[in-house]
Amino acid sequence: MIEWSQHLPVLQVVVPLIVAPIIVLFRNKNIAWFLATATAFFSLYTSIELLTIVQESGPIDYAIGNWERHVGIVYHIDIANAYILTIVSAVSAFVFPYSYHSIQQEIPEYKLHHFYAALVLCLTGLLGIAATGDAFNVFVFLEISSLSTYALVAMGDKPGKPPRASLAAYRYLIMGTIGGTFILLGIGFLYMMTGTLNMAELSEKLPALSDTSTVRAAFAFITVGASIKLALFPVHTWLPNIYTHAPNVVSAFLSSTATKVSYYVLLRAMYTLFGAALAAQALQLKLLIGPMALVAIFLGSFNAIKQTNIKKILAFSSVAQIGYMVLGLSMNNLDGLTGGLIHLFNHALMKGGLFMAVGCMFYRYQSVELSDLKGVGRTMPFTTFAFVLGGLGLIGVPLTAGFISKWYLVLGAFEADVWWLAILILIASLMAVMYIFKVIETAYFQEPNTDIEVSEAPLSMLVPTYALVLASVYFGIFTEPMLGAAREAAEMFLSAGGM
Amino acid sequence: MNILLATSTTAMSGEGVYNYGLVIFLMMTGLYLVLAKGNMIKSVIGLNIFQVSVIMFYVSMGRVEHGTAPILLEQDLPHHDSEHGHDNHDDSEDHGLLQTRSDVALASTADGNHDADGGTDSDVHPQAHPEDTEANSPSLHTVDGRTAYSNPLPHVLMLTAIVVGVATTALALALVVRIREYYETIEEDIVDAIENRLQKEEAQS
Amino acid sequence: MTFVSTITLVFFVLLAVVAVAIGKMRSLFAAVMLSGIFSLLSASLFVLMDAVDVAFTEAAVGAGISTVLMLMVLHLTSDKETHSNEVKVFPLLIAVLCGAVLLYATQDMPHFGDPNAYIHQSATADHYLNQSYDDSHIPNIVTTVLASYRGFDTLGETTVVLTAAVAVMLLLGRPKEEEHDLSKSPDPIIEVGAKMLIPYILLFALYVQFHGDFGPGGGFQAGVMFAAAYILHALSGTVRSAQEAASENVVEKLIPLGVLLYAAVGVWCVLKGGNFLEYNALDPEHPAHGQHLGILLVELGVGITVFSAMLMIFYKFALRGREVR
Repeated sequence: MIEWSQHLPVLQVVVPLIVAPIIVLFRNKNIAWFLATATAFFSLYTSIELLTIVQESGPIDYAIGNWERHVGIVYHIDIANAYILTIVSAVSAFVFPYSYHSIQQEIPEYKLHHFYAALVLCLTGLLGIAATGDAFNVFVFLEISSLSTYALVAMGDKPGKPPRASLAAYRYLIMGTIGGTFILLGIGFLYMMTGTLNMAELSEKLPALSDTSTVRAAFAFITVGASIKLALFPVHTWLPNIYTHAPNVVSAFLSSTATKVSYYVLLRAMYTLFGAALAAQALQLKLLIGPMALVAIFLGSFNAIKQTNIKKILAFSSVAQIGYMVLGLSMNNLDGLTGGLIHLFNHALMKGGLFMAVGCMFYRYQSVELSDLKGVGRTMPFTTFAFVLGGLGLIGVPLTAGFISKWYLVLGAFEADVWWLAILILIASLMAVMYIFKVIETAYFQEPNTDIEVSEAPLSMLVPTYALVLASVYFGIFTEPMLGAAREAAEMFLSAGGM
Repeated sequence: MNILLATSTTAMSGEGVYNYGLVIFLMMTGLYLVLAKGNMIKSVIGLNIFQVSVIMFYVSMGRVEHGTAPILLEQDLPHHDSEHGHDNHDDSEDHGLLQTRSDVALASTADGNHDADGGTDSDVHPQAHPEDTEANSPSLHTVDGRTAYSNPLPHVLMLTAIVVGVATTALALALVVRIREYYETIEEDIVDAIENRLQKEEAQS
Repeated sequence: MTFVSTITLVFFVLLAVVAVAIGKMRSLFAAVMLSGIFSLLSASLFVLMDAVDVAFTEAAVGAGISTVLMLMVLHLTSDKETHSNEVKVFPLLIAVLCGAVLLYATQDMPHFGDPNAYIHQSATADHYLNQSYDDSHIPNIVTTVLASYRGFDTLGETTVVLTAAVAVMLLLGRPKEEEHDLSKSPDPIIEVGAKMLIPYILLFALYVQFHGDFGPGGGFQAGVMFAAAYILHALSGTVRSAQEAASENVVEKLIPLGVLLYAAVGVWCVLKGGNFLEYNALDPEHPAHGQHLGILLVELGVGITVFSAMLMIFYKFALRGREVR
């Protein structure tokens, strides 16, 4: 009998990878949706299993092809990537079921099975980036997720209207490919100086080579490349248009996963690969990254307040949230990094839920402009309440998950002797209140447009939305499971660097 | 012989620098073409140039002086060694060849430090092997009696990179087609201008 | 300098000239043609640097497919010239800054061709060069590394090809009723010439698919060449007539089949008690035979997906044209 459980690390990525081509074979939209959703659930099951195993007995190594690490590709699952795998899988498990009605409204029927194939391919790519222990493998799966993303986003074009989604996708393609090529270049430098691509071997060999110009340049290129994918200021310009113009399902999925995985890549590079090697330079880099994070937070929040399109508000809010995550990284202490990691989790839940709620509104109103959504609080009470809950989490109200992450960021600020950061975080949270309240005001305090006959969103959309939003509240009250994992991951990164 | 070795070492270090410099120039030309948002097709070509230059960089790091492509030659396959008595050249000549090479190698060690540059020029010693059958003439790629191969790993990685590059190009071009169909242009500045105008109109309505 | 290094230098200079020329060129057709020349020059350079598999792939994919796609886009967009040609300062600064960092990085790099470089002395290189034949009985080390040692990367790469095809189908697909074949039958000379060439291209592609063990070649190159034969058929007639040889439905079904074959080999290894893609498990008594079988099958999977994906991408671009509005 085959012990399937010992193959879990590779199954996590291979099952979606197999399902995607199967979806292409069947022309039927229902089969496509069903297979995609089933894959998402399987992926969630696998990632939770892996997280449990890693928390009990430490990291798992899986040698693909059964070759040693200097010959072949080895998957390495530790607390950090098990955490990321779980988050990505969980988001897909909520968004894929939700997609059934949502996407049918936005793209023609004959394209649906290709859409689901691309969605599953995107999931495959993201999971593959997180699960692997080989540097070049990261690049390959990064490209899988990127290529599928470009097409998924471009599906947001409305017939007869300017193809803003395609334009946004094109601009993202250009920037994203430059970022990916920078990462490839950095990997090449590292390989050139060490002769290996395996992350564990790299982390062992690099400290001795840290004085070379090549390794330092590699660090620079990988950091810049990952920052482009992360949408960190100033290379964040691709993000707002992408989230705004993509189909709602795609906005919900991407906003909760793509940048999170890029954040993981940045952490892996900084701490595991370069950590011991470049401790001193890394410190200086963090002083550089910290200010950029701050600008991202304020620029994002300020721009969010100015917008009249709800999706644009949420998109600029994401720029700010990414700033929070990177701010935690720049503090270089346990609380700060824990805060960054737990904010990653919270943002995935909250932003996903928020975009799904907006998708419900679009489903009935065919618009996401505030001017068209007046009084939606009365015509679609459940949907709007879900949005409010998510918004509260974004602001960081106590009893939501958002509060925990802001709390840890403040703790980290005090620990790093930059207590004034705590004040800035508070001010930024107030700005979040402003842009969330803008939506609430339109939803509840304005008269609805009585021309259109509008009812609540279908259950298949409402239930996953609530599930995600309520999860955000749940983990705000019962913090320990994910908080424990985040803290462990932060500890691992800061101590030995991992591997 | 010392002079010969000396010049070959200098040539290699000179090569070492110009090679990377030229690749970097190509990379930056491609990068500039992409960033200087002009015509979309030119941007795609620029992206291609950028990617191919990175591939060139990887491939050039895999090269070994006097090496050959990483496809094992006949004489380096194990079955060949065990049978070389039965092959189309006889024992004595084969051993003679190897011994003469290592004799020569030893001789040049005595003369100068050929270990430093890692290879001896094989054409320095023409009189060592009067009869040289084609099946066993490793003259170009033999270093210390063994065949020198270039490193296969960068090649494998770059095969993947090329495929990724064409996939990206195909997608970029598909997006350009969709953009062109509406805006009727593929110049980025004109598209931006049209978009600005459209958004102003939408804001007013 | 040796003869080889002189020629290498000449090629590099040519490449630089072509790259700058592309930047300055106003005619788009000329720019696309120059990019094809750039790819061919790069492929030649790769041969000079002993990277024969890479050269083969670059020539087929870079000079072949990319140029064809760009020409088709030019045809669809019917733009002839670009107007903006002044040098933009900010991008130039970024490029110069980047270049400076790269030059800084080269300071500590091993010299070009240095056999004592880290990567040639590593345990990885040692295993690849000295043990690959024992492991797989295949002389082409690149094939063993590509399809076996780093087979998972190649599975990912095949998935990239699948993703590209799915993406282009999403982006350029139209319902059957709206697909217009605007191609016209070209010259009889092209028709006849193509018909003479196509059988040889197909034969060579078949050869390359299976000869990748012994010389440069393998699934990718073969797949592209197969597609090239069909594309030539379409270009020498009309697209619709070519689709009688390879209909869209069939091609669409073939694209995922290659990836599934590759993954199925991996799963088969698990079913036989090994790890994913552990080909040794396919024939425990003779692991090298298992390796050989595994490599053969996965290369076949790669060839099938690459062939059908490239052809489908061509079809989608070819049938995207609309009557003039």
